[in-house]
Amino acid sequence: MAFEITINEGRHSIDVDGDTPLLWVLRDVLGMTGTKFGCGMALCGACTVHINGDAVRSCITSIDSIGDSKVTTIEAVGKTPAGQKIQTAWLDLEVPQCGYCQSGQIMSAAALLASNPHPTESDIDDAMSGNICRCGTYVRIREAIKQAAQSGG
Amino acid sequence: MTLGNFVSNMSQRDPSRRGFLRASLAASGGFLLSLSLPFPSPESEAASAESFEPNAFIRIGGDGQIVLTMPYVEMGQGTYTSIPMLIAEELEVGLNQIRLEHAPPNEKVYMNPLLGVQATGNSNAIRGAWQPLRKAGATARAMLIAAAAKRWNVDPSSCRAENGEVRHQASGRSLGYGALAPDAARMQVPEAVTLKNPADFKLIGTPAKRLDTPAKINGTAVYGIDVRPLGVKIATLAQSPVFGGRVKRVDDTAAKAINGVRQIVQLDDAVAVVADHMGAAKKGLGALKIEWDDGPHASLSTSDIARELEGATTKPGAVAQSIGDADKAMAGAATKVEAIYQAPFLAHATMEPMNCTVHFRKDECEIWIGSQAVARVQAMAAKAAGLPPEKVIVHNHLIGGGFGRRLEADGAVRAVEIAKQVDGPVKVVWTREEDVQHDAYRPYWFDRISAGLDEQGKPIAWNHRFAGSSVIARWLPPGFANGLDPDSTEGAIDLVYDLPNFHVEYARVEPPGITTGFWRSVGPSHNVFVTESFIDELAVAAKQDAVAYRRMLLDKSPRAKAVLDLAAEKAGWGRDLPKGSGRGVSLQFVFGSYMAQVAEVEVSKEGAVRVRRVVCAMDCGTVVNPNTVEAQIQSGINFGVTATLYGEITLKNGRVEQGNFDTYQMLRMNEAPAIEVHVVRSMEPPGGMGETGTSAIVPAIANAVYAATGKRLRKMPIDSALLKQA
Repeated sequence: MAFEITINEGRHSIDVDGDTPLLWVLRDVLGMTGTKFGCGMALCGACTVHINGDAVRSCITSIDSIGDSKVTTIEAVGKTPAGQKIQTAWLDLEVPQCGYCQSGQIMSAAALLASNPHPTESDIDDAMSGNICRCGTYVRIREAIKQAAQSGG
Repeated sequence: MTLGNFVSNMSQRDPSRRGFLRASLAASGGFLLSLSLPFPSPESEAASAESFEPNAFIRIGGDGQIVLTMPYVEMGQGTYTSIPMLIAEELEVGLNQIRLEHAPPNEKVYMNPLLGVQATGNSNAIRGAWQPLRKAGATARAMLIAAAAKRWNVDPSSCRAENGEVRHQASGRSLGYGALAPDAARMQVPEAVTLKNPADFKLIGTPAKRLDTPAKINGTAVYGIDVRPLGVKIATLAQSPVFGGRVKRVDDTAAKAINGVRQIVQLDDAVAVVADHMGAAKKGLGALKIEWDDGPHASLSTSDIARELEGATTKPGAVAQSIGDADKAMAGAATKVEAIYQAPFLAHATMEPMNCTVHFRKDECEIWIGSQAVARVQAMAAKAAGLPPEKVIVHNHLIGGGFGRRLEADGAVRAVEIAKQVDGPVKVVWTREEDVQHDAYRPYWFDRISAGLDEQGKPIAWNHRFAGSSVIARWLPPGFANGLDPDSTEGAIDLVYDLPNFHVEYARVEPPGITTGFWRSVGPSHNVFVTESFIDELAVAAKQDAVAYRRMLLDKSPRAKAVLDLAAEKAGWGRDLPKGSGRGVSLQFVFGSYMAQVAEVEVSKEGAVRVRRVVCAMDCGTVVNPNTVEAQIQSGINFGVTATLYGEITLKNGRVEQGNFDTYQMLRMNEAPAIEVHVVRSMEPPGGMGETGTSAIVPAIANAVYAATGKRLRKMPIDSALLKQA
């Protein structure tokens, strides 16, 4: 059946089964491939998007659960103040290696910073431990979040 | 000889010969330099040394823009930035004047450089390109100067290149590279060029921003899994859960009824569901009822494999190294130390699951993939497609993690097999479970090792025999000869220590039905664990400090001693730690680089190990991009911490027991150690650094656990039950 959802401030009509995960709607139906597939079970965080500003795993978020909520993806997170700060720090500290998990890392970090502008070490652990980076860029992710938190605001 | 040296020797046309480089006029009117870089090349081995097969191109356009096309692949290691630095340095241009063209090139002007061979692995990119690329840059510089000198009718030695132009000091005239390019293309290629003195380097050794970062932070980077040819369908698959099994029967009624499912493709040993999107494909896969014929390996378990390997270590193997007389020295030793070590099968678990997109047409096949070995993909896909290789077009993309997994072409072969039955392009995406359960695994290793110490505790005899699969024997058959290959033994036969009576044997034993593959830090991933744990055991037997003991054996290896001293100093070696904590050290020379690591661990009463801090000192020769080196070492260390704490693929009833990240765990942010990297300044040729961090951390952790608990871990990964306090 058809669903109307709001992604990055645009309205989209999608005709898929209601239990279809948002991840595949983004990637395969709408062609927004910045959001990545890693596990399909909310174990790795590669598919993280924002729903009304909260970091959620799109691989287990069914399309019929979204309703009027606002979805933000990596393609538009730079338009939010926290997202922009995070991306700037990521670029500055050269966080990505293979880069595949970084969309999800950035989405988790941006949600953290938006709700908690000055996170402690353990806040960072709590917010980021659901995101796996196989290249092991954790040292720089941590530094970048701290730098973003200090960059005003 | 290391694997890296070996493959270079196999394929390298001596870069000192003029023949590695040619100049011509580019189709666009610019200056084109074609070069043949050393590259691991089983297929082209037979190619005559006289033939010139370029695989890298430098084009200087009329606008002065320099475009580099090269065979190495970016998979996160920063190669797309450090390689252009080599050319920019010698060519006297800024890094921003060089643009890297995405491999593979598809303009006709380039012919098909992919037909050479391409594989990015074994930390070989900078090592292979160091001399030839600098030489190419210097050659282009000399030819541009010659062109300018001719136009001005002056002596070339009175001109110099700077900032993308040639200047004549005396007259103050200057011309940009773009204006000189057509003339330069007609100049004689000089017989010999002078490379810059390292003291004059402007770029090499300075931290450079990676060129691929911006696209990786805003969702625009395109990995293999992101391609979307017009009309593409998405497929996912189930392969026989037992290696070597076959499909007996499929009931696809329920799957076909799912909205969005278009087609079920049945292969001999796999079934795929083709759908409009991955959500439907996965749902369809779950609804399939597949009956498998498990085949001959239906009862295989890891313990069967370990037992077979153990048996092989009781019989003589192929002699990989023999110095002095180890047996005689052992007989006269005051103390004898013996141990058995084991290392498990490991999956790669790249964050981007295996995938490949194929459009199979009647007489042509187009492939979109992220591969470390594009020519292998092309060759094997052509075979599966029943087409000549030139009818297979491969588009390579960014790689969401390689670590050796994407040196294999099995994913492309599968996708071709499926695409042959599908009308239009199909993207085959593996679920995480398929990815973990059908990998080419790091081999299981079984090691038997012994040493004899003299009265002072100094090792006077060393005997090491190990058994496991040879990846080279399958991947690069000419590389396996007389029972040996250069990878399986790296890190076991060429220790940094002065060991006068030293004997190492290797027995190749292939696990039934299981494909083994290269896994980040390859042979040393296992050998350094064994040898550096065992040296620690010898220090304990000699009642000596682990660092002091190693130092005593390093008089012939000053570079090794320097990194050991640096790591020990920075780590505060010898300083007190709380109860339940410990420090462990490791030292290695692999991939052409020296590295020492000190790991600090904390072991809980329940036996859980937490790696708190890692201090790493490295001498990797000349550092091209320090920013990348630090990142790669941090990365390699975390990769090894994952393996030490969690990494293990086991089989039961022929099936891999691990599936997703809940059962095949990865290190996470809250468990990741603080990492300090200290790089020794050096003018030696660059060594590899993408893999060194991984092999060194495993024994450093095991030795630290010993320091904390008195328990020696001789089998990976760490079994917390062994460390639990009663």
